[in-house]
Amino acid sequence: MAKPVQERIIELFLKGSAILTVCTTIGILLVLLSESIPFFKEVSIFEFLTDTEWTPLFTNKRFGILPLISGTLLVTLISIIVAVPIGIIIAIFLSEYASPKFRKTVKPMLEILAAVPTVVYGYFALMTVTPILQMIIPNLSGFNSLSAGIVMGIMIIPLVTSLSEDAMYAVPKSLREASFAMGASRLQTAFKVIIPAAFSGIVVSVILAIARAIGETMIVAIAAGQQPRLTFDPTVPIETITAYIVQVSSGDVPHGSLEYKTIYAAGITLFILTFSLNSISFYIRRKFQEKYQ
Amino acid sequence: MTNHEKQKLKDSLFSVIGYIATFSGLLILAYFLIDIFIDGFHRIDIDFLTGFPSRKAENAGIFPAWVGSVWILGLTVIFAIPIGIAAGIYFEEYAPKNKITYILEVNIANLAGVPSIIYGLLGLEVFGRLMGFGGSLLTGALTLTLLILPIIIVATRESLKAVPQSLRDASHALGATQWQTIWYQVLPSSMGGILTGTILALSRAVGETAPLIVIGALAYVDFIPNSPMDDFSVLPMQIFNWTSRPQQSFIINAAAAIIILLAITFIMNSIAIYLRNRWQKKIQW
Repeated sequence: MAKPVQERIIELFLKGSAILTVCTTIGILLVLLSESIPFFKEVSIFEFLTDTEWTPLFTNKRFGILPLISGTLLVTLISIIVAVPIGIIIAIFLSEYASPKFRKTVKPMLEILAAVPTVVYGYFALMTVTPILQMIIPNLSGFNSLSAGIVMGIMIIPLVTSLSEDAMYAVPKSLREASFAMGASRLQTAFKVIIPAAFSGIVVSVILAIARAIGETMIVAIAAGQQPRLTFDPTVPIETITAYIVQVSSGDVPHGSLEYKTIYAAGITLFILTFSLNSISFYIRRKFQEKYQ
Repeated sequence: MTNHEKQKLKDSLFSVIGYIATFSGLLILAYFLIDIFIDGFHRIDIDFLTGFPSRKAENAGIFPAWVGSVWILGLTVIFAIPIGIAAGIYFEEYAPKNKITYILEVNIANLAGVPSIIYGLLGLEVFGRLMGFGGSLLTGALTLTLLILPIIIVATRESLKAVPQSLRDASHALGATQWQTIWYQVLPSSMGGILTGTILALSRAVGETAPLIVIGALAYVDFIPNSPMDDFSVLPMQIFNWTSRPQQSFIINAAAAIIILLAITFIMNSIAIYLRNRWQKKIQW
């Protein structure tokens, strides 16, 4: 029996919606390439990747992306130092120690941390965390990567916890029981059996957390400053790739100018960074997913 | 102390560390929120909710910003819900298991990881310039639609996956077509999960700032947008603008606007959680 016409139309709409997702990816690539290729005709890729200064908005223009990359990586590093240990400790605790009821109540509560809009975290970093840190580090500048990184770390704790806890929880019970039967404590079992068994899942959670931190915009745009500089000093103002795009977008740089095209060159750098990390995590997940089935 | 006792002690010690870690994030967030309330709550009144931005912080209000947010939410609902659910249904119920489907799935996983500011660049170029919508509400809503589509698609697929095959088989056996089965059987029984995921995605859209800055949403709006083609501001833009100013009085405004924004996000999240619980209780296969 042939399908009625309405049904065919509906199926076409369903398929079209699915294909739209591919168009989005193609659109992103086309937009980034079409605006950054003209940029790289005027500025050599070599200069872009090796020059140590980024001053496209000044009279003496220099186009070295390194200061923006170092700023991005610095904030990312700080946030990871905060989020990964805390996130993994929570994951171990929820998966290996807490009662199922506690686990079920606390997991959604932690998600609140990720549901708060990032502009709000930016306010916290600038108005709450920086003043507190200034009491401890008197020469801390008003805009700095330390406070932005710490607040970003708090924001991505649930991301680390949720994925690594899933991986730990999926480790078969028999492995735990075998370990307990050998006389091991919960802690020994957690660190010597569960973590090694769930390692790929934990690595995936950390990689995704890094990707999330690299792409995060509002916290750094508000609290980390707008001064691109090649430094790993967490107390001074810096600028990340994302914050630079915000800075240019909120100003009035004329469309089509070289300054304007810089946001696409910065954008494609950001896209390559996060895309590579996401692909690696996807690959690891695929490869190790069905180890226990 | 024997080795066994030592291990037991370490165990309880870790238990304590676990508790502290679990609640540290939430306690810090609670501290932040209390701080915000002290800074901004006294600033919220009718004039603040119905006033326009002003160079004088004391006279400034968030009327255009929250109306803009409501517009953006409404338009995003119109675009994102049908498209997201449709794509989810296609992947779960129609797509053949082949290489192309696999690539489409990998693609969605990747889209979910693309930073929101990149969607801003896409929206600026495609909707803003190519289609000529400029920095309008329409451009903003379409950009946010693309941003949250992967979330809605994944949520839809998860909920459809939870519907047992036997339900579909029974419907087919009664002579229903594939679409009739989906529309009358599968969708109603998975609606709870789909709605939950969709509302969470929409609450993310309401809180987004970065892509809207890039597409050219305004920070200073002295009119109420009344068509999708109008320029606009949203609450997060207004908060960003006020936070970036050096004067303390504007910071108080930012704190007050944050309270309103958080109230909206928390209400949306609560509705989502309520729906999830209700749906979990009602349907047990």
